[in-house]
Amino acid sequence: MSEHRKISASELKQYKKRSLLSEVWRNYKKNPSAMIALFIVIAIVVIAIVSQFAFDYKADIVQQNVREKFIHPCAEHPFGTDNYGRDVLVRVLYGARYSLSVGVVAVAISCILGVTLGLIAGYYGGFIEDFILRFCEIFTGIPSILMGVALISAFGQSIIVLMMAIGLVYTPMYCRTTRAAVMPVRDEEYIEAARIAGVSDLKIMFSHVMPNALSPIIVQVTMGVASAILTASSLSFLGLGVPIPLPEWGAMLSEGREFMRDHMYLTIFPGLAIMITVLSFNLMGDGLRDALDPKLKE
Amino acid sequence: MTRYIVRRLLLMIPVLICVTFVVYFLMDLAPGDVISQLAPADATPQQIEMLREEYGLNGTIIERYGRYLWRLLHGDMGTSFFLKRPVFSVFLERLPNTLMLAFASILVAILISLPLGIAAATHHRSWLDGFSVVLSMLSVSMPAFWLGLLLIFIFSLHWKIFPSGGSEGLKYLILPALTLGTEQAGNLTRITRSSMLDVIHQDYLRTARAKGVSEKKVIRHHALRNALIPIITVLGSTLGNAFGGAVAIETVFAWNGIGRLTVMAINNRDMTLATGCIFMFTLMLNMTLLVVDIAYAYVDPRVKARYSK
Repeated sequence: MSEHRKISASELKQYKKRSLLSEVWRNYKKNPSAMIALFIVIAIVVIAIVSQFAFDYKADIVQQNVREKFIHPCAEHPFGTDNYGRDVLVRVLYGARYSLSVGVVAVAISCILGVTLGLIAGYYGGFIEDFILRFCEIFTGIPSILMGVALISAFGQSIIVLMMAIGLVYTPMYCRTTRAAVMPVRDEEYIEAARIAGVSDLKIMFSHVMPNALSPIIVQVTMGVASAILTASSLSFLGLGVPIPLPEWGAMLSEGREFMRDHMYLTIFPGLAIMITVLSFNLMGDGLRDALDPKLKE
Repeated sequence: MTRYIVRRLLLMIPVLICVTFVVYFLMDLAPGDVISQLAPADATPQQIEMLREEYGLNGTIIERYGRYLWRLLHGDMGTSFFLKRPVFSVFLERLPNTLMLAFASILVAILISLPLGIAAATHHRSWLDGFSVVLSMLSVSMPAFWLGLLLIFIFSLHWKIFPSGGSEGLKYLILPALTLGTEQAGNLTRITRSSMLDVIHQDYLRTARAKGVSEKKVIRHHALRNALIPIITVLGSTLGNAFGGAVAIETVFAWNGIGRLTVMAINNRDMTLATGCIFMFTLMLNMTLLVVDIAYAYVDPRVKARYSK
């Protein structure tokens, strides 16, 4: 009892904030595969940034050098060279930026739209909720890849459109997650108290309701990057994603496919790059889910 | 139950109409005029105008869409601009291929993931469990079209067992079904494992064992039946998506399914064909989801009881 001491409200707030973050981190650290995944993701981010300075786009990435075409993996070209004599390793490293940026921006778009819609639906309920949910249903009724193709054909083929298309396609998922997390707290007393105290709806939504939905959203964001990267690479594979000659991994795969019979390495390396990236984000998402909610762990 | 089904069917109508509107509108936004591509090079402006009317492409977007919807509601999906044939018959022609691939892949997925997921849950924290986790993680992280390419390389270029592409028969089905099935198996294994783990420590399982029910029967009748609802849910949406979402795999294997047809239609700005295909696809997906919801009632008497209230 003697250890009781008075702490001010601001001190308490600080203490709580620190403990939540550090607890999540402490739980996360215990998961070896999630830690490896985190290191790989950091490495990919570093590669994406460093490749900007390490390679010259014109000379190393798109410059054709027909004399050196189809050199199979060797000491000088660890991943070999492609049909235009471009070094595949350099292109794969340089391509990290496209997958990463498309994944992150697309998820940011769908997260902002989806969370806002989900908050509104969950908080207001009734007619607005029905309307938003029906709206989501329309978009989930169309397979994401076909929707992506339609959006890209409507707005033209560019990396920005690709980001927006994937962002729009995945919006309903975030909306649903947020709504599901918000619904149980909608009628809590503290929400009512805030309302009586005259706090605006917007402020209630973002500072009182949203924190409840935070953990599922964080998990979904991490895994969302993974699925956005996969969708982007399939769209590029279909020739609709990032315009050539940008070294996007899906586009490289699709180019290499023509020469599969004799030069299989052209399809193996970009595919491995996609898989390792997606796998890392998925493992990170798994680790985060366990760390955020240890109860869920069986 | 009947009331519930009727209600669900009625709720489908506005969604389907909105889907056609979204697709029609997007196709309309796409640059490039279909008529100028269809018309002969020396067509006079009057001829072009006539063609436009013939294809129902005159007037504002609202008028055009209105006419399209009106015909659609009367069962006429229009004529494909490029194939010059009724959309519905083009669709029907591709339907068997799509259904075959979808069901074959689901079969592959079930054959892999149910035994694996159940074994992983009953042997929790064993090497088998670890294997199932790693395998499902790999399968959800691997681009499916890449797996398809690897399979083609191994089985048709290297060993020459299966053809690398086409959709003429059963032999052509095996590789795409394996590819798509493996992709779906990852998610399904995870769900099977986790929902089995959820029920495996329940009291009624202990009771069953205590009264001397054989372990096989405990797992099959007491555990699996209770774990089935999430599994069926995932199965339903996986199957639904396989109807039109396997575009990349269809492309890899040159499989003539609806997915590829739709992408081709979108790329050709063939509005009626694209809208019609996506309309039919959404209808099939929604029907599958409805069947899944009805299946709950048969799997779980508790759900059935809720309907009859």
